[in-house]
Amino acid sequence: MSELLQFLISGVTVGAIYAAIALGFTLIYNASGVVNFAQGEFVVIGGMTAAALIAAGVPVILAAPIAVVAGTLVGILLYRLAIRPAGQAPLVTLIIITIGASIFLRGAMQAVFDKQIHRYDGFSGDAPLRVGGATILPQSLWIVGGSIAVFAFLAWFLNRTRAGRGIKATASNRMAAALVGINTGRAMNLSFALSAGIGALAGVLATPVTFTSYDVGVLMALKGFSATMLGGVGSPLGALAGGLLIGLIEALTAGYISSDYKDAAAFIVILLVLFLRPQGLFGARIVERV
Amino acid sequence: MAGQGTTTDVAPAGTGRREYSKSEGAGRRRIGPGLRTFLIFVALVALGALIFPSSYFYRVGTLVWINTLAVTGIVVLLGYVGLVSLGHAGFFAIGAYVTAIGPNYGIPSPLAMAGGVALAGLLALIVGRPILKLSGYYLAIATLGLGMLIWMVLSKEAWLTGGPDGMVVSGMNARNLFKMVGLSLKSAEAWYWVAGLVAAIGAAIAVNLAGSPSGRALRAIHDSDVAARSLGVDVAKAKSRAFVISAIYAAVAGALLALANGYITPDTGGFMHSVEMVTMAVLGGAASVYGALVGALILTALPQVLTVFADYEHMVLGGIMVLTMILMRRGLVPFIADLWNRRKS
Repeated sequence: MSELLQFLISGVTVGAIYAAIALGFTLIYNASGVVNFAQGEFVVIGGMTAAALIAAGVPVILAAPIAVVAGTLVGILLYRLAIRPAGQAPLVTLIIITIGASIFLRGAMQAVFDKQIHRYDGFSGDAPLRVGGATILPQSLWIVGGSIAVFAFLAWFLNRTRAGRGIKATASNRMAAALVGINTGRAMNLSFALSAGIGALAGVLATPVTFTSYDVGVLMALKGFSATMLGGVGSPLGALAGGLLIGLIEALTAGYISSDYKDAAAFIVILLVLFLRPQGLFGARIVERV
Repeated sequence: MAGQGTTTDVAPAGTGRREYSKSEGAGRRRIGPGLRTFLIFVALVALGALIFPSSYFYRVGTLVWINTLAVTGIVVLLGYVGLVSLGHAGFFAIGAYVTAIGPNYGIPSPLAMAGGVALAGLLALIVGRPILKLSGYYLAIATLGLGMLIWMVLSKEAWLTGGPDGMVVSGMNARNLFKMVGLSLKSAEAWYWVAGLVAAIGAAIAVNLAGSPSGRALRAIHDSDVAARSLGVDVAKAKSRAFVISAIYAAVAGALLALANGYITPDTGGFMHSVEMVTMAVLGGAASVYGALVGALILTALPQVLTVFADYEHMVLGGIMVLTMILMRRGLVPFIADLWNRRKS
């Protein structure tokens, strides 16, 4: 029983990371219709930057925000330098651009930092808390709290603020939004910045538990996609639920079946969702715009 | 090559794509586009053989043709239909590993090769069908996952595949093929010719496919799913067919690489290899087999010339993808062809 509890705890921890990544996807997808394959790289940028700063003696309380800002800046650059110049390009062009950007960022990370695996101490130390025969790392609470905070922030921001509603309007119909005076370019810019910031934050929070290295971005992106698809593309609540579910499935696979194949769980989920319920758990039916 | 003549009859020159290029001479019309592509490719293979000074060049040349063949598969999928696969290295590796494993269980190489190609095609059929009913993103994501799964199996099931260290491929040597017709070639030269001829046949088939009715259906889908459907094209089925064909190209290329190299590692099925294939197609121009050749040539030769390439491989590949898509969306070959035409007029 305590074994199961332990698996559930670690499932929720990694699930919260995937949920944050999935929320980032959802934000960009909702604003622009672009599925951003570089989303996982923001997680790595956050983690690697924080690790480098902390190793250089910068206190966590300073290093963490700097890392999030660094990720956000890269997100803005990605939009300005790669997505916006492509203009109203066909879907396949945008896919290739974000894939290219993701590979480029992976290389840049290797060049700027190194090929080592990095971690740093948890924000509240690494002494595990005991709960009913299982243990929780204090950092897990930071991760879960962080994801919930991101979700709450997005819900508030998209529904209650002028800038957030601009993003939603841009998503629903870009031309109509422009016609009523919304700066759609700024809305897109903002959605990339926010989404990158969320990814970087996930990386900063997760690195003490999951470690990071320059090449984990693709795997992170794949897990985030799986979460998005399971929850339903475009739905923030779906992203949250999907992320937690993927994390749990993965932890249970690792615990009861084979830790060699825990990464396969996400892929099996993608395939099952595509076979059985392409719109996901919370998604609207997929209607393609002509 | 037996099927060559009949396919050409179905799609004579002057149909489909060919009509767009105005520079076609009327006298060339007697040779079908597929046969012409085949002859051009064979001429290029022969040209290589004429100028290569050492075995090293033959080995790099062999790699160029094998990559050209695999990228021709990407051309069918990306250029003709407009779909991205991020897991093609997985199919490539299935072709390679079945060819490598077969002889260990008493299955002769040619049979194992056919088995690997069939397995890759079957997997593409099973996985592709439900995914291809949905929009373009889903294939990229699902193939990304599929590729990782295949790579995972190859690196973890060491009893079958040798694990991360890879495995030795025993079996055929291309020299013996040439000995049968009385030619005595060095091993590297023999594999160069085999790879070149197979790439030429693959290119010819792809060109004929473009001009055939099902190829035109694919290009209709490329322009608009909905329009194609309203014209009576079974979109999901046509996409699935293109996906299977492109997986088969990758698997044949993988099998050739296994035999020519005599050694394979799971990285042949890794994510970066998939990215490399897509980048080759994007750089050269995904719409034509010549784009596949140019992309494969540049990205295979470049790392040999520039040793720093290995350190910055990711940045170079990623940068090429982004810049090509922004500056010359159709790739190098159409871009240069346009420049050339503009200068003439």
